[in-house]
Amino acid sequence: MTVSDPGSESAITGDLVWLRHNRIDLALHRVALGEDPAHRPLLLLHGLGERTPAAVPPTVRWPGPVYGLDFTGHGSSTVPVGGGYTSEILVGDVDAALEHIGQVTILGRGLGAYIGLLIAAARPMQVCGVVMSDGPGLVGGGIHPGSPSVPFPAPWAAASPDPFALIELARDVRPPDYAQTYVRFVIDSSKLEKPIMVCAVARPEWLAAVAAEPGVGQSTVDEALQMYAGL
Amino acid sequence: MPSDSQSKIFAQPEGVRRPDRRRVVDSAGVALSVAEWGNEHAPAMLLAHGGFDFAETLNRFAPMLADAGYRVVSWDQRGHGESAWAQLYSWEADIRDAASVLATLPDEPLPFIGHSKGGSMVMHLANVAPHRVSALVNLDGLPSGNNMSDVSELERTRMQRDELDRWLAHRRTLSNKQRRPGTVEELAERRGRMNPRMSTEWLQYLVQVGARHDADGWRWKLDPTMRMGGFGPWRPEWSMLRLPGLGVPMLGVMGLEIETMGWGSRPADVEPYLPPGAQFEGLEGVGHFVHIEQPRLVADLILEFLS
Repeated sequence: MTVSDPGSESAITGDLVWLRHNRIDLALHRVALGEDPAHRPLLLLHGLGERTPAAVPPTVRWPGPVYGLDFTGHGSSTVPVGGGYTSEILVGDVDAALEHIGQVTILGRGLGAYIGLLIAAARPMQVCGVVMSDGPGLVGGGIHPGSPSVPFPAPWAAASPDPFALIELARDVRPPDYAQTYVRFVIDSSKLEKPIMVCAVARPEWLAAVAAEPGVGQSTVDEALQMYAGL
Repeated sequence: MPSDSQSKIFAQPEGVRRPDRRRVVDSAGVALSVAEWGNEHAPAMLLAHGGFDFAETLNRFAPMLADAGYRVVSWDQRGHGESAWAQLYSWEADIRDAASVLATLPDEPLPFIGHSKGGSMVMHLANVAPHRVSALVNLDGLPSGNNMSDVSELERTRMQRDELDRWLAHRRTLSNKQRRPGTVEELAERRGRMNPRMSTEWLQYLVQVGARHDADGWRWKLDPTMRMGGFGPWRPEWSMLRLPGLGVPMLGVMGLEIETMGWGSRPADVEPYLPPGAQFEGLEGVGHFVHIEQPRLVADLILEFLS
């Protein structure tokens, strides 16, 4: 994989593309070309504290190109100064990737599953199916705020993933009815029979509410991917 | 033209006084500019401005409190005024910044005062650090519905589909975004649309202390990537439920004139949440910026409450 300094709007270097989202340079990795480069790509959204894997995980079967986006403060993407993370900002990260790639199917792990749902609601024509799987950050910060506190990371904490991302996105509140609103946006706008597939074993309250919505499917990750690959 | 505007002498509103001191506080790498009025050895009070305002919007109100014997400590929130522009903005980051400023003050409990978004912030801060607050004053910053114009991105209650589209469209156009330049009069006129009850004299004064003069005109010292509105799971009751358990005296002041930048709350919306013994004042004929429209009245209310 070739890496160069991030450029202005979008700099392409081999298997890594730099995308600009406000003051953040986002690393969009092309993890595999796939057997059919013309097939709709799969976009991997990693979990909280993770980064795009160097290779397609053996459990992931997809006929076309596979991309992975490092969220703000993760992997090779910019680590901002002073925190300020919200899930909604990460939706903007993915929107920058969609602007570059075009239509995709999304496989999200943990936090990436939640973000996948939100971006599918925002861009229903560009997200052809979102697969929600287990992973770090799936639970979030519960359905309402807990007792407030102001945590600061330890001064020796690593630069990436950003300790502020780990703290703030783990406290991100996810009311079930809020998540359901997004599901309804997806269902109302998508042409797919099952535009959302819940494949996670863990079911925090927001995800249980998503899974219970009419039009949301449930299966294994592989079954969901093969269904979307065949569309 | 900018050159005319620059050379023109604008009237200075009566009673304004720029901060007696400025200093910088590092909040996890974000440089916050702290503004202080009054004797630095006097008892301190923490004063938080509203969204899209800046500390020097307090240039008439804060000196009234300082002249009564307080060290009034405010700060420009990240992205506002003299403070640094950040890469990310969030409610949590604003609260952490407030805590960073608070950490630079003497250990004794002190009054927290906030206007609008700042009022909601100090309510949150009082819950974070109950050992640091001696009294809480909220100036037209008690939320109820969805009309919270000065709370930037991600803190809105109700999400609409078109709001989501607008927000993402905004995010796609942020790179190298700049505020639109103009003359002092033009910037004052633009702000006047959001602050229709403010006098022209006051708005033009704000431009001179809250905008910078570039070669092509004046620009507000506000990060152009910040945006009013947005979306997110925030709900007003999450803020209001911080109030009943407050363990210190509280004063709430609400302007009863509904206006664009206000939050649309009515006394009946907030009274059920007030802690026992709280003092609540609804001001007839006064809008959202209670401390700017009626600085003497509001300062006297606060001073009497604290006494």
